[in-house]
Amino acid sequence: MKRFAALVAAIDETTRTSEKVEAMVAYFKDAQPADAAWAVHFLSGERPKRLIPVRRLAGWATEASDVPEWLFEQCYEAVGDLAETISLLLPEPATPEERALHVWIEEYLLPLGEMEEHEQRAAILAAWRSLAGFERFVWNKLITGGFRVGVSQPLVIRALSRVSGLSEGVIAHRLTGNWAPHADSWTTLVAEQTADTDVSRPYPFYLAYALEEELETLGEPQEWQVEWKWDGIRAQLVRRADRCYLWSRGEELVTERFPEIATAARLLPDGTVIDGEIMPWKEGKPLAFSQLQRRIGRKALGTKILEEVPVVLIAYDLLEIAGEDVRERPLAWRRARLAELLATPGVSRTLMLSPAVAAAAWDAVRAAWRRAREECAEGLMLKRLDASYGVGRRRGGWWKWKVQPYAVDAVMIYAQAGHGRRASLNTDYTFAVWDGGTLVPFAKAYSGLTDAEIRELDAWIRRNTVEKFGPVRSVKPEQVFELAFEGIQPSPRHKSGVAVRFPRIARWRTDKKPEDADTLETLRTLLHAADTEGDSRE
Amino acid sequence: MFDREEAYISWVLLNVTDRGLHCEAGDFYIDPWLPVPRAVITHAHGDHARWGCDSYLGAREGERVMRTRLGAGATIRFVDYGEAIDQQGVRISLHPAGHILGSAQVRVEYQGEVWVVSGDYKTEPDATCTPFELVRCHTFITESTFGLPIYRWTPEAIALDELRAWWRANADAGRTSVLFAYSLGKAQRVLAGLRDAAIGPIYTHGAIERLNRDYRDSGVAIADTIYAGTMPRGHDYAGGLVLAPPSAGGSLWLRRFGAISTGFASGWMRIRGARRRRSIDRGFVLSDHADWPSLLATIDATGAERVWVTHGYREPVVRWLVEHGVEAEAVASRWEGEGEAELQDLGVAGEEIVA
Repeated sequence: MKRFAALVAAIDETTRTSEKVEAMVAYFKDAQPADAAWAVHFLSGERPKRLIPVRRLAGWATEASDVPEWLFEQCYEAVGDLAETISLLLPEPATPEERALHVWIEEYLLPLGEMEEHEQRAAILAAWRSLAGFERFVWNKLITGGFRVGVSQPLVIRALSRVSGLSEGVIAHRLTGNWAPHADSWTTLVAEQTADTDVSRPYPFYLAYALEEELETLGEPQEWQVEWKWDGIRAQLVRRADRCYLWSRGEELVTERFPEIATAARLLPDGTVIDGEIMPWKEGKPLAFSQLQRRIGRKALGTKILEEVPVVLIAYDLLEIAGEDVRERPLAWRRARLAELLATPGVSRTLMLSPAVAAAAWDAVRAAWRRAREECAEGLMLKRLDASYGVGRRRGGWWKWKVQPYAVDAVMIYAQAGHGRRASLNTDYTFAVWDGGTLVPFAKAYSGLTDAEIRELDAWIRRNTVEKFGPVRSVKPEQVFELAFEGIQPSPRHKSGVAVRFPRIARWRTDKKPEDADTLETLRTLLHAADTEGDSRE
Repeated sequence: MFDREEAYISWVLLNVTDRGLHCEAGDFYIDPWLPVPRAVITHAHGDHARWGCDSYLGAREGERVMRTRLGAGATIRFVDYGEAIDQQGVRISLHPAGHILGSAQVRVEYQGEVWVVSGDYKTEPDATCTPFELVRCHTFITESTFGLPIYRWTPEAIALDELRAWWRANADAGRTSVLFAYSLGKAQRVLAGLRDAAIGPIYTHGAIERLNRDYRDSGVAIADTIYAGTMPRGHDYAGGLVLAPPSAGGSLWLRRFGAISTGFASGWMRIRGARRRRSIDRGFVLSDHADWPSLLATIDATGAERVWVTHGYREPVVRWLVEHGVEAEAVASRWEGEGEAELQDLGVAGEEIVA
């Protein structure tokens, strides 16, 4: 545990990716296989389920630290992180003891789930008595289910590739799907040769960066394939050993949720893997994402919902054919093979080839982009015809070009302290628009400002707080911000009558006075426009 | 709980006014935030020693730094620690606060009633100033910058060891170590701690170098430093240690040092988020303020019947004291504590170089 905590600290203390990779390589080189396996698991962003309610844990910590409850709360507010608050408040360990990471996880953490409350309490207090400093913090992070380390999976893969001497692609593939942290799986992960028997295993998804430059910088339009960027669920369909598996981008197996796709996939030959987007689709047209959400939220799929919201897989790419990994082949080649496959009778109604957008000239592409919302797409995808299928987010081969988000100017009326990195700074804001002479709140947003702006705004908030309700401050309605959001829907649950999707701060409009902010009427107009888009599809 | 109505009728020696903490009987202010005729100053940090008063009283130990901060034209009377002066029948004396060079608690005595204003203080020994002296009193006005039990300091030696190890690792990797430290007090404390360490060369920002000179002139032994402003353009700083005020973080001034690793010496570094928010690589927990246990121990040891709590975590400290049977009240002030000043220091323009 000491070494793992030291690794977490080393990663935490640098923003340089090379040093993060360095620290991981050093750790993996001489970690026990079982420890290494758990480390891979956690560093890849997997977290143990929270096994103990936070309230209970806070209670035990309050007791063990000998502080009153209100003072514990005050400390938590200042630190912004429960695991850290606890580790700072507890007295130094009476009997420090060193145990390996996998021992802590397998013998102490996982059994907590099966225990009665009083047994949990005894186990946790004993753990706190034997862990010191940063190890105690890491342990608390693990048991609260809030463990996050500042590395992305590509960095973990890079480190594993350096430790094993295998290519990043092989490591990435071996880690996808149901990779479980055991000593054996570690050995297999870094082994020279393995049978790679897991038939369900998908490939890592290739992800695009946002296009920031003019289209002309991409070269000739003839070198590119242009597709709609659909707003569904990105997925990978794996057809192997006479079975099919549908994986979401979160690497969750969702085959059962979309029986129509699984049925159509049975018509494909063995050894086929397709990358695509699950979309709600009816009578030749896409439905809104909110329709798909109705389906996702359901435990059992009745015939009614299957009829109301049928889905298709819009096929983007072909990753495997006849059992051969073809990701290194150029897109043009892969797309031709994909089209042939989907021509299998009975397939194309549910597994549809992603339509190409005519792109003879960049102006035509721009025109298509402007039309994207009418097509029910969130923008365009641009893919180089000669590009291979990459691993993770890469520049160059693919670009996404999303339509402009909606934007309004709104007044900040409430502020609240953030958590973790942003604790003790006011970083969560509530925004309002005018309705006659009153400001009606309609969105909360907390991203989009720079650290310097956050500090400046925080200082302003402290000086201009009107009232405090617990952690929430109402502030003088003076600061105007341009808020961007992706969608807008009517919502009876909100005072404003609308709900916006993915709101974020686009700009701090220090040039605007509160009276210059937009009105509820503006939002209603946007809502109406969004509605009409929906209607045009029906 | 303290009865507010009673506060109005009971007699107080010091009053909070819009200009600052005022002693009506002696007609003087302690660390006023607006210009007044007579100011008694606890120490030279900007939120306590403000410009524009007609006359100042301060501790002789801090003469040089106070002159630097208040300007050559200021009328300042310096007294030794413990030396009493009479101001309209009010007896005023200054006592070491252990915060920075020349920092003082102000003891005010009138008709047998004793009040002590702590200013900023710490009880841990520090090679750069006279250690904190406990002064018994009836009313104690204490700071509370780190008034939460999450703030418990480890000994200074630990932070200094970590600092040396960090510098060593950076030097081995060919990087320059840039340590942010408040320019008055913290920087010199670090330099005193590194006096015999084989670290170097140590470069400084102008704001710090100016105060280094004051410390040396006051007889405080600190490590040798080189003012970075005197180095030729294109100088290779790799393997060196640079001391800079927090305001230099992210500034163009840092560019000259090539590949750097950043550190910050502050009590705030006890909290992980406080470091991460600033994108600082390493935090060193080193504070010039009392931590939670020493705040409580000091308050108790003064024997005070009444405690006023100023700048910092006032409410929790007051509530704790009240729950433990002490008559305590939170008092508003515009003092920020070195901590807050440090926080705001980041990201604003740096102090201009005077060397």
